[in-house]
Amino acid sequence: MTSNLNKQGQHLVIQQHLIRMKDSLRIALRNPSFLSGGIILIVICIIAFFPQWFTDYDPVAISAGDPLVPPSTNHLFGTDNFGRDVFARVIYATKIDLQLAVVSTIVPFVVGSLLGLLAGYYGKIIDMVIMRFLDVLMAFPFTVLVISIITILGNGLQNIFIAIWLVGWIAFARLVRAEVLRVKESEFIQAARVAGFGDRRIIFRHVLPNAISPAVVYATSYAVLCMLTAAGMSFLGLGVQPPTPEWGSLLSEGRSFIGVAWWMTLFPGIFMAVTGIGFSLLGDGLTDFLRAKGR
Amino acid sequence: MSHINYIVKRLLQILPVLLCVTILIFAMMRLIPGDPARIQLGENAREAAVQALRLKMGLDKPLVTQYFIFMKQLITLDLGTSLLYKIPVVKLISQRIGLTFSLAGVSMFFIILISFPLGYIAGMNKDKAADQTIRVISLAAISMPSFWLGILLMLFFGVHLRLLPVGGWGSTPLEHLKGLLLPGIASAMVTAALVMRNLRNSIVDINSLDYVDFARSKGLMDKTVKKNYIMRNALLSAVTLLSMRFAWLLGGSVVIETVFALPGIGKLLVDSIFARDYPVVQSVVFLLSFSVLVINLITDVLYAFLDPRIRL
Repeated sequence: MTSNLNKQGQHLVIQQHLIRMKDSLRIALRNPSFLSGGIILIVICIIAFFPQWFTDYDPVAISAGDPLVPPSTNHLFGTDNFGRDVFARVIYATKIDLQLAVVSTIVPFVVGSLLGLLAGYYGKIIDMVIMRFLDVLMAFPFTVLVISIITILGNGLQNIFIAIWLVGWIAFARLVRAEVLRVKESEFIQAARVAGFGDRRIIFRHVLPNAISPAVVYATSYAVLCMLTAAGMSFLGLGVQPPTPEWGSLLSEGRSFIGVAWWMTLFPGIFMAVTGIGFSLLGDGLTDFLRAKGR
Repeated sequence: MSHINYIVKRLLQILPVLLCVTILIFAMMRLIPGDPARIQLGENAREAAVQALRLKMGLDKPLVTQYFIFMKQLITLDLGTSLLYKIPVVKLISQRIGLTFSLAGVSMFFIILISFPLGYIAGMNKDKAADQTIRVISLAAISMPSFWLGILLMLFFGVHLRLLPVGGWGSTPLEHLKGLLLPGIASAMVTAALVMRNLRNSIVDINSLDYVDFARSKGLMDKTVKKNYIMRNALLSAVTLLSMRFAWLLGGSVVIETVFALPGIGKLLVDSIFARDYPVVQSVVFLLSFSVLVINLITDVLYAFLDPRIRL
């Protein structure tokens, strides 16, 4: 009997969750920033995963055609100094750059938020150690810290990820810690403590959901930052190595031919800017949405 | 008096951080694979010279002693000789640092020029057409790579219109300034957008506060309310953001100086990394982080002076 009731109760809870999620989704979709950002990113994802749908040209093979041909119906974005189709290179680069934005955000987001959570919740020694460590890392400009780590590790895509991971958690830890400090004193946390719940349950079920939103919003702008920084590293020659197409290294190739082939620099940058705008719009919409929800 | 106390206190707080920064940089140079003395002197150095430096750096001694030797070199500014340029690192950096700080200065000028008026207009006209337009533009500016914007500017003003140099630094002050205009604008855009958004949001928030309503209902002129009651308070957080972003501009100079072929600290760092010129790398990284610490200190002090509510 009781187990049956329990099951029914669980069913009801799940149903409530679903209704709430549906409502949230409806509100989110009504937000123009969120909607347009989402659409842009979905299109970018499709391009990233199915580049072959968009172009027949090989992005890397050198024998494709005449070098430095301006944009035409044959070559939508023209060709580069090796005669490769710039459109194909930009399209095939999407996957790497999207990876750079997303993968380099997820790891610091998780690690940083966890550390911030621990620092904020437990305070004392843990807090002090984490925060002092943050102070030291904050003394380095972001780009300089990334470059320094790449200097030690060497060039390449993988090392860019590692460098950004090592640097990125700082901001997330700070954001989440500040929120935890605010939430920790709330009545419902004290109630949970009085009810005798363990630390783990309080942290993950009660504190985390109420402290994570600024970090989620920041994650969207951090994704833009990562993409731009990684592209900047590739532009300097410290990141993705040629002939692999990546927007930053495409721009770097274009920089050498700026007087003769403007198309080599214009189009990769447009793709990068549009992707960045997609993330920013999503973040803007998310901010509005969370503010509305908080009310 | 309390101001001086506060400054001294903040100075003392910086010291341990600075110490940790030196430890990190020291560790970084030891983490690079290979013999540190050989790294300092380059692959082609004579064995005898490497041996001599090994003794000087104390590589036969424990790590702690080696660290103190490194600290002594830092304090006495005996930073070694650049492998690439064959001149003392201190001299090399002092030749280049002016450009990087001038570039940051020019960027700051553009940031203020763009962000203050636009942020003001957007904030005072919340949700109207002007606000929406400015909001969209700032969003786009934040999402754009500054080095791409730099190349586009170069394409338009340098290659197409032939008004400004495509890169380089020139030799007269006027040429210097001309060379800094485009990179200055390019690196200003992101920060200008951020500061603008910050200013807009502060103005919107402050506009709805009771004391502003009170000032209005007291019959004060609209201009007075806007200037003395809203802007003064809104500028506070904008100023903090501005000085925080100054540090960012120094770091960003790495890419933008490469785009415009400007011989500043950032370009020096990139060139030295490629040339494995580690004495220069470590000094530049130290210098940049030191500047960030100093700038943060100035920000805090400035903030305390600007906002009388802050208790020191």
